[in-house]
Amino acid sequence: MSPVLGAALDRVDGRAKVTGAARYSGELNLPNLAHAVLVGARVPSGRIIGIDCRQASVADGVHTVLTHLDLPRVAAQPKLFPSLAGLTAHGQSFFPMQDDVVHYAGQPIAVVVADTVERAEYAGSLVQVNYAETPSATLLDQVRDQAYEPQRIFGGLVPGRNPDRGDPESGLRDAELTLDLTYRFAANHQNPLEMSTTTAVWDDLDRLTLYDSTQGPTATQLSVAELLGLPPTRIRVVSHFVGGSFGAKALIWPHVTLTALAARQVGRPVRLTLSRDQMFHSCGHREEQEQRIRLGADRNGRLAALTHDKISLTSHFDDWAETSLESPAITYAAPNYAGGYRLARGNTITPTFTRGPGEATGMFALESAMDELAHTIGIDPVELRLRNHADVDPDTGKPWSSKGLRECYQRGAELFGWAGRDPAPGTRWEGRWQIGTGMATAAYPVAAPISPQRARARMYIDGSVVVEAGISEFGTGALTAMTQVAADGLGLPVDRVRFVGGTTDLPNVAAAVGSAGSGATSSPVHLACTQLRDQLVRQAVADQHSPLHGADPAAVVVRDGRMCLRDRPEVGETYAELLGRNHIPDVETVGTWMPVLAPMTDYAMHTFGAQFAEVAVDADLGLVRVRRLVGVFAPGRILNRKTAHSQLMGGMLWGLSQALLEATRMDPNTGRWANASLADYLVPVNADVPEITIDTIEVPDPVVNPLGVKGVGEIGIVGTSAAIANAVHHATGRRIRHLPITVEDLL
Amino acid sequence: MKSYAETAGAVEVADTAVVRGPNSVVVRLSVNGTFRNILVEPRVSLLDALRDRLDLTGTKKGCNQGACGACTVWVDKRRVLACLTLAITCETREVTTIEGLSDGVDLHPMQSAFVSQDAFQCGYCTPGQIMSAVAFLAEGHAADDDAIREWMSGNICRCAAYPNIRAAIRQVRDEAGTGGPDATG
Repeated sequence: MSPVLGAALDRVDGRAKVTGAARYSGELNLPNLAHAVLVGARVPSGRIIGIDCRQASVADGVHTVLTHLDLPRVAAQPKLFPSLAGLTAHGQSFFPMQDDVVHYAGQPIAVVVADTVERAEYAGSLVQVNYAETPSATLLDQVRDQAYEPQRIFGGLVPGRNPDRGDPESGLRDAELTLDLTYRFAANHQNPLEMSTTTAVWDDLDRLTLYDSTQGPTATQLSVAELLGLPPTRIRVVSHFVGGSFGAKALIWPHVTLTALAARQVGRPVRLTLSRDQMFHSCGHREEQEQRIRLGADRNGRLAALTHDKISLTSHFDDWAETSLESPAITYAAPNYAGGYRLARGNTITPTFTRGPGEATGMFALESAMDELAHTIGIDPVELRLRNHADVDPDTGKPWSSKGLRECYQRGAELFGWAGRDPAPGTRWEGRWQIGTGMATAAYPVAAPISPQRARARMYIDGSVVVEAGISEFGTGALTAMTQVAADGLGLPVDRVRFVGGTTDLPNVAAAVGSAGSGATSSPVHLACTQLRDQLVRQAVADQHSPLHGADPAAVVVRDGRMCLRDRPEVGETYAELLGRNHIPDVETVGTWMPVLAPMTDYAMHTFGAQFAEVAVDADLGLVRVRRLVGVFAPGRILNRKTAHSQLMGGMLWGLSQALLEATRMDPNTGRWANASLADYLVPVNADVPEITIDTIEVPDPVVNPLGVKGVGEIGIVGTSAAIANAVHHATGRRIRHLPITVEDLL
Repeated sequence: MKSYAETAGAVEVADTAVVRGPNSVVVRLSVNGTFRNILVEPRVSLLDALRDRLDLTGTKKGCNQGACGACTVWVDKRRVLACLTLAITCETREVTTIEGLSDGVDLHPMQSAFVSQDAFQCGYCTPGQIMSAVAFLAEGHAADDDAIREWMSGNICRCAAYPNIRAAIRQVRDEAGTGGPDATG
């Protein structure tokens, strides 16, 4: 590997983003563009018994008002399926405006199209709706007694119960010490800063182009094709720059297809952008949930048994729970284990992915419980984790493809200054501030798409290269990292490579979700580029006019675009010389990577890390201030140190936010979110954020994918909230078992 | 109601009693040093005027409620939230957006610092962050970390690049020497 892989290269799209030149999906200036707005249901449950669009229809500039009475029917009933699969990726198994039934507040009930966005918004306010309201349930507590054990969750991909390990009940019964703890989690919304937006353009041949803010252009293409009853060949999706997603744009929600239907109706391009309020009602959320952990251990802290049960509020359409049990089940070598999901149905959109989906809550529960165990037994929290370190996957007994967790604990403790920590809670004061420290383990599964992933590399006669794959750039740094992967594979300087993504015209890569994007894209890019390199080397050694003629291809290396003998670097020629001499305008390869899935291998695949936090708690006011965070992670190979550290840092700050700020509050009387704005739904601002120390342990992983990339999108958030809550306990002696922790909890 | 031609002179004077709207009227804006006439209803915000009428989409819409700071621009060199400002109130004022911050060849030092410090990820809040940061330094506030944290807290970065945003501002502060540059000049 060349030094370019992992180098702290500035983002290749940096200039476009700091000058305002980067065009996001809702920023295309198209002739005759009309603007659509959604009208959402004001009630959470009932029927529409009257909808009067007369005033709206005659308002200035209005082209049309569509309701369930006149919207064309969709061609198929959507079926929820996670976008990682690379297939249709509907966010829920329900499509609105097909009949008069209202299942959740904010459900689209009308689409207004006008010549300007102001006129569309105003006309939307003129739509008069009469509802026959029926009783609703929007909180877990209202339907807890109707909870059921689902057969499968997560679009059918995950069983409703994890397979038992050993005998958990007798393990708990026989343990010297047991803890039985319940954790509650507020609903969270992703709130990317760019609101979801779709622009639909039909051409004269009934072909559709969608400019969509999405984590996966192909996911949009296939999902809309199914709903419209069109072959994917008639739909093209463009998504170059996306203003953040965090799961909100991972699956495809109804507004995308509604935009296409509206554009077809008015015969001109239509742009629909959700309002910030609608972002709380239109693209899922992290569900309100509760988790119960039971630990059984001996006096030395060795775990004998672990059970982990979770109950979630889901929609009327889908058995959805974020998968919180996977990582906690394998983080420690507990011989006896059981875990399962329960669901209760309410009047809500189907919940969905939110950054660190599942693990952000599941590991909070486990790592809070582990801290209580350490405190109960009186051993150091890091030592407790080392005593329970899982040397192999406790579920399957398989070795890890790579791990690095012990190194993460050690390095994190060094960077934080953990050694010599006084374990007694509530004893350190600075003025009126109580000071505490805490730590937690981070864990996140290594996921991969289930379908082949492709990328294309084309070299031009001058030796410069375009590499293409149909990904969107939503802040991960993929354009930059893939430029480096391509430069490394071809032996070229990065400025000779241009990586292009952002449309379904390009070779298909599944939506970048679940920290799988860097693996799923880097693998085919690496394969395409190394195949192209090998092809050109073979051509050179077969070319009697080449200085490399007759050489063993295996003895040829490429540096700075020049093929040469490894042992005699003066013998060689550049790609450009080879192509120019032979009058070859360009040469192209497609790399195809068939992902490695855990059941197919002899290895268990997971990413680990360690989180450390220091907090100060105002003893009079209950304010919590996070003073510093240290995170050390072992995510396999790092493709770009700068962008990867930024992503890990962002993840840790999401953990801070989960711990102390984020909650979407449901008003059960109206059945609507009570704080659906960025003024009322708290997210961190600059003043909330301390300096953060991040390090990575690069453990080679020859199993997960060709470059050993395990991904950095989620692991940063996992465990941070537990480290902070554990530090709050250390500071104050108060154990808070719900998120977020607010002032009221500490008064 | 008077036509735009009749009011053209009058709008140079504050508190004019001329009634314009509610239908579309010609609004004359000076944006990044260039005069542009647009036909908009008086209810059109400066943000939508910039993005939808003038095709200056560098200024971002993150909430349209004045909560996120993504639409921060300068009006007469003062920071304003373009989503809470009516375009028609900006006649006779100079509007500066991210597109006007550099000459198109060389980046403004703050733009360069944002790139080198990796002070963004998705980039959607970035124009607003940069417009706030440049103005913050130019206004001569003490540019220590506490001041940066406080004065930059009107701009949400959901990717949470905040420590790197502070690093970028420190870099510009230090490169410019004490007191900060007259960066808006």
